[in-house]
Amino acid sequence: MPVLLPTSLSEATQMLSDTPGATLLAGGTDLMVEVNFNHRKPNDVIALRHVPELSQWSLNKVAGTVFIGSAVPYKHMESGELAQLVPALAQAARTVGSPQIRAAGSIGGNLGTCSPAGDSLPVLSALDAIVHLASVNTTRDVPVSDFMVGPKRNSREQNEIILGVTLPIRNGRQGYAKVGVRNAMVISVASACFALQDGSPRIALGSVGPTVLRCPHAEQFLSQNLAADGSVSDDVAKEFGRLVSQESKPIDDHRSTAVYRRHAVGVLAQRLVQRGVQS
Amino acid sequence: MTITKTRRDVLGNSALRPDGAAKVRGDFSFTSDLNAENMLWGATLRSPHAHARIISIDYSEAWKITGVETIITADDVPGLPTYGLISQDQPVFARDIVRYMGEPIAAVAADHPETCRRALAAIKVEYELLPVLSEPEDAISGTVPAIHPDGNLIRHQRIVAGDVSATGPIVVEGTYDIGMQDQAFLGTEAALGFPDHDGHGVEVHVATQWLHEDQKQMAACLGLPENRVRLVLGGVGGAFGAREDISLQVHTALLALRTKRPVKMQYGREESFFGHVHRHPAKVWMRHHADQNGKLIKIEARFVFDGGAYASTSSAVLINGVTHTQGPYVCHNAIVDGYAVRTNNPPCGAMRGFGVVQACFAHEGQMDKIAAAAGIDPVTVRLINAMKTGDTLITGQTVESVAPVERLIRETNEIPLPAPLPDVVDELHLPGGSGITSERKHIRRGIGWGVSIKNIMYSEGFDDYSTARCTLKDGAVTLKFATSEVGQGFVTLAPQIARSVLGVDDVVCDTIDTNIGSAGSTSASRQTWMSGGAVDGACRLVRERLFEHVGAKYGVDPIRLIIDDTDIVDTVGTLRVSVHEATQGVTISEEFEHHHRPTEDLDENGQGNCHVAFAFVAHRAVVDVDPELGLVKVVQIATTQDVGKALNPLSVLGQIEGGIAQGLGLAVMEEIIVENGRVRNPSFTDYLLPTALDAPVVVARLVEEPDPQAPLGAKGVGEPPCISVTPAIVAAIRDAIGKDIPRCPVRPQDICL
Repeated sequence: MPVLLPTSLSEATQMLSDTPGATLLAGGTDLMVEVNFNHRKPNDVIALRHVPELSQWSLNKVAGTVFIGSAVPYKHMESGELAQLVPALAQAARTVGSPQIRAAGSIGGNLGTCSPAGDSLPVLSALDAIVHLASVNTTRDVPVSDFMVGPKRNSREQNEIILGVTLPIRNGRQGYAKVGVRNAMVISVASACFALQDGSPRIALGSVGPTVLRCPHAEQFLSQNLAADGSVSDDVAKEFGRLVSQESKPIDDHRSTAVYRRHAVGVLAQRLVQRGVQS
Repeated sequence: MTITKTRRDVLGNSALRPDGAAKVRGDFSFTSDLNAENMLWGATLRSPHAHARIISIDYSEAWKITGVETIITADDVPGLPTYGLISQDQPVFARDIVRYMGEPIAAVAADHPETCRRALAAIKVEYELLPVLSEPEDAISGTVPAIHPDGNLIRHQRIVAGDVSATGPIVVEGTYDIGMQDQAFLGTEAALGFPDHDGHGVEVHVATQWLHEDQKQMAACLGLPENRVRLVLGGVGGAFGAREDISLQVHTALLALRTKRPVKMQYGREESFFGHVHRHPAKVWMRHHADQNGKLIKIEARFVFDGGAYASTSSAVLINGVTHTQGPYVCHNAIVDGYAVRTNNPPCGAMRGFGVVQACFAHEGQMDKIAAAAGIDPVTVRLINAMKTGDTLITGQTVESVAPVERLIRETNEIPLPAPLPDVVDELHLPGGSGITSERKHIRRGIGWGVSIKNIMYSEGFDDYSTARCTLKDGAVTLKFATSEVGQGFVTLAPQIARSVLGVDDVVCDTIDTNIGSAGSTSASRQTWMSGGAVDGACRLVRERLFEHVGAKYGVDPIRLIIDDTDIVDTVGTLRVSVHEATQGVTISEEFEHHHRPTEDLDENGQGNCHVAFAFVAHRAVVDVDPELGLVKVVQIATTQDVGKALNPLSVLGQIEGGIAQGLGLAVMEEIIVENGRVRNPSFTDYLLPTALDAPVVVARLVEEPDPQAPLGAKGVGEPPCISVTPAIVAAIRDAIGKDIPRCPVRPQDICL
């Protein structure tokens, strides 16, 4: 199996163009599991670790946004400046696997795999992140909601590399919570990200639908019932949670039941809406 | 507990494991690390179905793959086609019928694991699916066809004791479900087999709990005399009961004999879930009758253990379950029925606690119900019923072991409770952990109790002796035994014994293999007692001869000589000579077999002295619960354990902390999920083990009342830590949320929905 090692984005996109169907490898925390289980047998691999454009993040103070390269490992989001800029992403990053996984895994993998249980995806969804895709000589920007098209399906073209995402830096409270059946290193049974961004409330849910879900009805209800200072009464929070439960579309599987997931995601929403880092 | 370290690693000191540093560094050679020149790899084809008839097997395509050296099926087993620890009912390879998902059908040997994988994929098996017997009650009722020539009922045992019509003002009842737990050892099954040059024998290096039992079963299946099947213990990465049955031993030997080349087999994690037996899932109904003060009058119980497709040790697990119905409490009247049944679920057998875990989960739930009915607290109900040495069990057996139950409860109760949750708390340490699901205000705390009695050593007339040889030469000792070191620390303890008895410092443990008599299994909390007794016995025989030698040399009656530290001393005269000096040029070698006292079978009413000895432990759990999300954090486990004598306190503490983690797993997360015979979660992604963030603070105390029956005064300490901690944790969850939860593991939906 040939493994190509590009050292720049242009080289990487050229290699991908020259070897159609090549498998992209960054941290390998999803891909190598699939390979080890013989679920995938890649013919050509393009390893992206030495592509500097993918491993950087940058702040655009004027636009109020942050760009995070697709191969920036989760450990760099858990604490430090990035964690200040997008606290919900820091909380989501902390729930990813073990320290070893967080040292290798990155947002590009969550987007590429596009599992509804991808820990960072509710954050990207709640914050209406833009996904940047690069191919030879061109780039394309896609709203994350259009990028995630179904369970383990996304709108990346075969010749495109996920360059990274752009997120707004927080200007209201935000938070992320994830339920699993142990206290660390666990696949999400239900997760939620709440953000009050530009004064508008957003909630996105993980593991309770075929893809990460937003809850438009719940969001609309909340935007009409926010106090002037942005706070939320207990009754409103409870109703918000109920609406979020209603908008979830969970299933039964060996990890949990649909009934529990629907319940849990409502509790998370109710709690998150009253919690979070104050702006 | 204080751990003291003095200069010499004698009994009572916390000697460090000889392999500890190597294991921490990653240098230790586990069986899976073994390699040999010219070695082939073996792999197993397994049934994807829980119950099916094999119509045909076509391996012509697999043979065409370059690198495939042999393919074997049931037709290639030269000896007994089946094996088993108690009854030989499990095929080496399925011939006509597969009875559980994952049952072996064929094995291949090839030049590379990938070649093996492709060969397995190329073997075409045609199946006719059969109805799956997945419900244990159907197996008891006799309403469904037998899925095995031996029938669907593996064993039924009744216990009738005292006045079965007795009752009292308090009657409490419950039906308890215990899920299927996996031993989840970290080092998966592995073996490396070498054929003898003449082709008539084999040497297998294997990770196992009992070399001689493997040897016996392998020889029968291979059609070889036992002395042509030699076993060597490979490095073992945990066992917990899962290495008591045959897994890949016969396959590896067959492939090596067939190809005349060394063959290595090694399971991955998924295959490991199918390759070994699990803890029996069980349904236990109990009805307790007590007086108005909460003192037990009578127990009624019915146990159903799901043994899965093959018998393994189910019949012994059943006996352990029913004979521990009463727990560590006095009760003279009982009527108990227990069933171990065959289904198309995964085979179940030995796991740490061996049937007592299931009984304890039920009787401890019942004790709390009695306490509630009598208006007393969980400590009081256990104290007023606590068993003492000399009490009689419902089997009629007198508890001759030290039984400090009351003291265990009192001392555990004296351990300070953890501080209440502060107003500001790191969310990582709340239920939900790194998921940050809750805040301080969402959390309720609960306290629960569990106390247990566990038989140690084998029961029902079985003579599970152990053998050891001690050779003293030029001041150094070599110990030889076949005791499987699976992580429990016998390789630490055995030299401690030799140092204490013989006054030497230099002790070597010889290769652990079948070139000496059996040591019995590393299970049933028995090796410190049994192999410890054998090493102690052999060392004492050597010491007698050493004293004879020294006595003759110095003209002193040997009876006057003792070992004082590292010297031989005349207790009457002035002679003092170091053991090292006295043994120069001398070789003394002695072998000793340690047998425990005989036990009896149970009669049809479950009466008989079926157990050797008993060990006891108390656990108190403190848990934080998020009642709305159903998430749990176990905050603290306080425990006091009856250990007889702590021969290596650090090692004892290791067993206590590890057992608690395993019991915690069963309480709140560990379960193999089986649906209609299909295992849904054969991976560590979905079979969840506790992480460091799930592990509680453990505060442990030891009660050291040496047991006069035990060769070194020490009781086995391996199993008790994991038995009553599970009901203690579940009781604490019940206490926190005020809801009865009759099953373990407790799932979030059991708490909040």
